[in-house]
Amino acid sequence: MPDSPRQQQTLISTGAVLLALLLALPVIVVVSYVFVPTGEIWSHLAATVLPDYIINSLLLMLGVAIGTLLIGVSTGWLTSMCQFPGRGIFEWALLLPMAMPAYIIAYTYTGMLDFSGPVQTTLRELTGWGYGDYYFPDLRSIEGAAIMLTLVLYPYVYLLSRAAFLNQSICVLDASRTLGNGPWRTFLFVALPLARPAIIAGLSLALMETLADFGTVQYFGVSTFTTGIFRTWFGIGNAAAAAQLAAGLMCFVMILILVERYSRRRARYHHTSRRHQDIHRYSLRGMRAVAASGFCFGIVALGFLLPATQLLGWTVSVADQVLDARFIGLVSNSLELASYAAVLALLLALLLAYSQRLFPGKVLQGAVRLAGMGYAVPGPVIAVGVMIPFSFIDNSIDGWARSNFDISTGLMLSGTVVAVIFAYLTRFLGVSLQTVDSGLSKITPSMDEAGRSFGYGPLQILRQVHVPMLKGSLLTALLLVFVDVLKELPATLILRPFNFNTLAVRAYELASDERLAEAAPAALAIVAAGILPVILISWTITRTRRVAVTRDTP
Amino acid sequence: MTSQLTVTDLQINYAGTSILQHISFSLEAGEIACLVGPSGCGKTSLLRAIAGFEPISAGQIELRGRIVSGPDKILPPEQRHIGMVFQDFALFPHLTVARNIAFGLRKMPRGQRRQRVDELLRLVEMQDSRNHYPHQLSGGQQQRIALARAMAPRPDILMLDEPFSSMDSELREQLARDVRQLLRKDGITAILVTHDQNEAFAMADHIGVLGEGALHQWGTGFDLYHRPADRFVADFIGQGVLLPGMIINDKQVRTELGIVTGDLEPGEATSPAKIVDLLLRPDDVIHVEDSHLQAEIVARAFRGAVYLYTLRLESGQKVLCLVQSHHQHEIGEMLGIRLEADHLPVFRRHTSPAT
Repeated sequence: MPDSPRQQQTLISTGAVLLALLLALPVIVVVSYVFVPTGEIWSHLAATVLPDYIINSLLLMLGVAIGTLLIGVSTGWLTSMCQFPGRGIFEWALLLPMAMPAYIIAYTYTGMLDFSGPVQTTLRELTGWGYGDYYFPDLRSIEGAAIMLTLVLYPYVYLLSRAAFLNQSICVLDASRTLGNGPWRTFLFVALPLARPAIIAGLSLALMETLADFGTVQYFGVSTFTTGIFRTWFGIGNAAAAAQLAAGLMCFVMILILVERYSRRRARYHHTSRRHQDIHRYSLRGMRAVAASGFCFGIVALGFLLPATQLLGWTVSVADQVLDARFIGLVSNSLELASYAAVLALLLALLLAYSQRLFPGKVLQGAVRLAGMGYAVPGPVIAVGVMIPFSFIDNSIDGWARSNFDISTGLMLSGTVVAVIFAYLTRFLGVSLQTVDSGLSKITPSMDEAGRSFGYGPLQILRQVHVPMLKGSLLTALLLVFVDVLKELPATLILRPFNFNTLAVRAYELASDERLAEAAPAALAIVAAGILPVILISWTITRTRRVAVTRDTP
Repeated sequence: MTSQLTVTDLQINYAGTSILQHISFSLEAGEIACLVGPSGCGKTSLLRAIAGFEPISAGQIELRGRIVSGPDKILPPEQRHIGMVFQDFALFPHLTVARNIAFGLRKMPRGQRRQRVDELLRLVEMQDSRNHYPHQLSGGQQQRIALARAMAPRPDILMLDEPFSSMDSELREQLARDVRQLLRKDGITAILVTHDQNEAFAMADHIGVLGEGALHQWGTGFDLYHRPADRFVADFIGQGVLLPGMIINDKQVRTELGIVTGDLEPGEATSPAKIVDLLLRPDDVIHVEDSHLQAEIVARAFRGAVYLYTLRLESGQKVLCLVQSHHQHEIGEMLGIRLEADHLPVFRRHTSPAT
């Protein structure tokens, strides 16, 4: 034990910085490939696949941007500023599609819209057409992928724009009306510009998810960066090329991160009001009310109700063949991985957050921020970032053991569950960090000081003040990481040990083999788990609203 | 000539219960009126009803002779040609000061618009801030821009909702006077809502006292203070106590402190009863060293130039008295007093003793 508090502080700070850097390792490895000159590989990639990846990724982003903006902003405005039948239900129901991983909705719709699926079958029965008599759009295209991603990603834009509309001082909208502007002009010239930073922040989150998507584009056969990385790694076995592609993808992600940060900073300026008036929602009547309800219902139906019903139907039809010991094995694998990752992520987040609180410093802050950035990094990129250093370590140890003792140690890190969990930690630490941080920020330093003034020691304060106040945040952090891990596909697919399956991987494999019905039980389990955080979020947003309204009455 | 604003027998219901009823008053061009009342009395609802944000359940609102609100019809705010200054100013954070002011001038030709913006910036003495954003301004500056923005389209009537409530108390009266001057200079008809009676005194030609959903009195500040229409107004405006007494004639009231002489001002309309409560203001009670009237000091509050003493009479009745602060008296001492009232507001006696 070091003697002086000063030494102790240095020790803890240094430890925390090293830990944060270790967790940021995959990101650092990949980003460093941006600067590693591998001219030959790069020029080869640039000449062959790269233009396709870039164009497809851009087109996909464009489609998702248009779709999520249209749906997210309009539903956000309707549920926050208008009154129509079912508004209170749609307010949270519009979040349900968040529970649907994109790859699951993609294969569900493929099954529904296939030649032998319910939609086309009904169409043929009604019209008497046969094969080839009619045109039916092909979902397995870049447009199809954009639609699928839009249906599950618009809630990001919805959530943030809705919050922005609610946070706007209603007085600002009233002011516009007293100055001679009707509701539509007020929306266009005041509400929308004011909410723009929040909307852009939501949009950049949706686009980050679009870039990170692997399952949908792979299933639809659209070549993007993520599928490219996967193919280069497994198909060609070229680590450096995969890393180069990953670095290219990271450039896109970085731009989005910067846009998001900048927008959030600007959003603060766009909030001048300290006092809110009661929200006087525009009361929609007649056809307008029907149109608003119908629109919201349509979105929820397309994004959640229809695919969930289809999954349920498939599950029931195959239940007796699929729900066996093997399926239970899948579930327990998934639960184990998710629990380990959630608990570890929480412990690490607590450790880093408390180190930062006790010994604030620029270096530590930077390192923690870097470690938290993993959330923006697509799964395949993380996988590559984990594989490269891990296999280097494995090979070194193996080589050393061989030459010294003539035994092979084999793969100790890569190709084991350790690698998978490490990748999860890198990817999802940001989630628990953010949750723990926001919980800690509610415990002001003066609360610590108040406790000290009553004669409590630091440990007693921890037990009597921090733990009770943090409990909610800690549970939230556990839940969010747990569910994120359950849904995660590409990193698991790349890093999992041989013959080791999870729900997500199995659902993906079965769907890829066109055994859609058999994939349904696993997919449905993932969706069911995904509903938990949705409930949590909807509970939070309605609760904050209630507070706002009670505070309003002047 | 039609009035600028006429409110007739207005009633507002909110979720089934009536929050305002039987409100009637009118305002001539160029006048400044003020609605005061405790919080929750419905004064903001009344203002929002005039602006067109709040539907009304009965009665009507006319702006320059045109009915804008009735139980079945409501003209939307954007068609009323009104101006409004909001409690939190509600400046548009994404627009500069100049563009905030120009926001309501979109139908004006460009050159004229620029001229009007310059004119208003000069009026509120903010020429240097034309390209600043609202978050770069202080509270007082934001307030002036909000005022300029609302005045820019030359509204028929300007409404101000607690415009000074977020200011320091020292700043308030100064700002209230400044704003009054600005409104006067432009000849603007205005109606202001506040819970601070000093603000109302500083700003308004007419003051309406609202309480429990009713308009208790509509008059000048002097009237409200010296000729309150009822106990509510007597209680809400200024300080004072109600002293039991008996009317002798229209100049004299007999009380525990002897016969008080002045102009009888019967509140609550006709009050034939001889037994009344007389409203005694602290400035009606004057300290004289060698008076035969003595009262015990039970509390005192330092007010800078004066002390406000609470005195107990023999009967236990309390009265308030203002004494210049270089006269120091301790609690428990006897203080010599004399009554000197010009106005004698009296109210029918309540069964319960007045406080």
